[in-house]
Amino acid sequence: MQTNPASYLGRNRPEPRYSNDRLFWGAVLGVLAGGLGYAALRTSQGRNSVTDRPPDSAPGRTARRSRFGRYAVVGRTVTIAKPRSEVYAFWRDRSNLASFMQNVRSVEETGGLNHWTIEGPAGTEVYLETRMVEDRPDEMISWQSTDASDIETQGKVLFRDAPGDRGTEMEAIIAYVPPMGTLGRWVAKTFQAEPRMQGRRELKRLKMLMETGEIATSALRNSPS
Amino acid sequence: MRALTWHGKHDVRVDTVPDPEIINPRDAILEVTSTAICGSDLHLYDGVIPGMMSGDILGHEFMGRVVETGSKSTLKKGQRVVVPFTISCGACFFCQKQLYSACDNSNPVPNQDVTENLYGHAISALFGYSHLTGGYPGGQAEYVRVPFSDVGPIVIPDGMEDDEVLFLSDILPTGWMAAENADIEEGDTVAVWGCGPVGLFAIQSALAMGAARVIAIDEYPNRLELARTLGADVIDFKQTRVLDALMDMSGGLGPDAVIDAVGMEAHGFGVDTMLDNVKQNIGMGADSAHALREAIMAVRKAGRISIPGVYGGFLDKFPLGALMEKGVQVKTGQTHVQRYLDDLLRRIGDGELDTTFLISHRLPLEEAPKGYKNFRYNQDDWTKVVLKPGTAAN
Ligand SMILES: [Zn+2]
Ligand SMILES: [Zn+2]
Repeated sequence: MQTNPASYLGRNRPEPRYSNDRLFWGAVLGVLAGGLGYAALRTSQGRNSVTDRPPDSAPGRTARRSRFGRYAVVGRTVTIAKPRSEVYAFWRDRSNLASFMQNVRSVEETGGLNHWTIEGPAGTEVYLETRMVEDRPDEMISWQSTDASDIETQGKVLFRDAPGDRGTEMEAIIAYVPPMGTLGRWVAKTFQAEPRMQGRRELKRLKMLMETGEIATSALRNSPS
Repeated sequence: MRALTWHGKHDVRVDTVPDPEIINPRDAILEVTSTAICGSDLHLYDGVIPGMMSGDILGHEFMGRVVETGSKSTLKKGQRVVVPFTISCGACFFCQKQLYSACDNSNPVPNQDVTENLYGHAISALFGYSHLTGGYPGGQAEYVRVPFSDVGPIVIPDGMEDDEVLFLSDILPTGWMAAENADIEEGDTVAVWGCGPVGLFAIQSALAMGAARVIAIDEYPNRLELARTLGADVIDFKQTRVLDALMDMSGGLGPDAVIDAVGMEAHGFGVDTMLDNVKQNIGMGADSAHALREAIMAVRKAGRISIPGVYGGFLDKFPLGALMEKGVQVKTGQTHVQRYLDDLLRRIGDGELDTTFLISHRLPLEEAPKGYKNFRYNQDDWTKVVLKPGTAAN
């Protein structure tokens, strides 16, 4: 999961523009959440740009297509050897997020909004403001950015019991509108080329933290001597 | 501190580097008292393993005295411990199934990308090896930082010498697991390619598990003699046609189980080896694997193949047909060291397993480069080199 596509954006960017894509995105999230939405999206969009293929069981974000309207979608499922309630509670406490999201400096909560300070490229800072869309304890949390944000993004995490007492399957899905301009092209190149690689790092750190109490490092020392 | 560092193909040096520090709560710092050079260190020495960086501290077979502990370490200062070469968290799905070398949480996240793309899954971390396996500074040094010190290290009772227990770190459990992976049954004939340290321990383990006959294959007379001392019959592949000999020596049936304790860089006379060498010199790609192909050809129908030897890339001319049509079972993998430590420590204590017989040289850390060179080029005499960081150079 790349929770912060914004981290690739500069501060001085035009405000993201809302559009009818919202409607489409709603459908995507519905599909990603599983359930009836699958067939609808598959029928209308097709996994292989071939509209008459019957739908399969895979999550929508694993489709060969990488764009859903204006949105790029990344996501990843990870199994964490901890009970669902524990994983949910850890995620729900926003102050924990900066501990495993590498580029996130801080997340503060005021007036029902989350304020994310994110490290951008070349020392820049990116601001993201999100509001909770849905919060179903031990099952799902979803959010979306407000107009005050530098980037337009929506996302959700889903929590399921893993089979065979393996703990919790946590699925994170992030959609964002890729930025324009030179930076945008760079983002498109690095982020789109290897969305799986970009997407998986944060969840691996979360898994390490929850399962072992620490995040693995091969450093010799805390600080360079 | 002083440490053996890698700088490129056939270029290792003892440098002064910063001392390690406790970083995570479960860490411990050891003062290293003994550390060995391993056959797989020679893959680094030969520059055939990708993901190395100049200045990397080598060494994955080491033991020492605990000098510092993190808040969550279960070790105590002053304890003598042997450390498994595989780094394992003890908590993930794999560690809980005792598949320690498949640990999900020991390889730092950025280091996982390469093998996740190369192998489909990110591999676990090892000490003193490539950055593909974490790039953890190794134990051929005066001090070493040991992560997850509450899971890996085994405390050594007073009265047991370093040299008796040092090989619990890798080659003894690796040889043992190699024999276990061959699913040996009473009365089996087992063929072992490679009489390096892992091969020798595999021979000893196979006999301990009930093999009626172990046949060891190598070219170095001294190594073959060590195998013979352990109770194996031996084949010198420079003077004998190996496949013919194995068929005859197993009553025309073929060995029930075969163990490839050579890994890549196997040197035979076959055309396949020469082809492999050409490809290996071009970069990461085709592994040199004459021994493995020969082992697959030799094993009896419905037999078992165990591969403790290290491979990293791809293999040309792989006899997949022989594997399938003969119905052969293959088991391989890095060693789940932690799984075997208690049992093997007991067997050493009871005198069931001899661990010191293969040590040919003991050197101060400062002479480590000499150890590498001779272990590489004088394999017949230099069967195993143990470095003693606490002792002064001559
Ligand atoms: Zn080794
Ligand atoms: Zn683990």
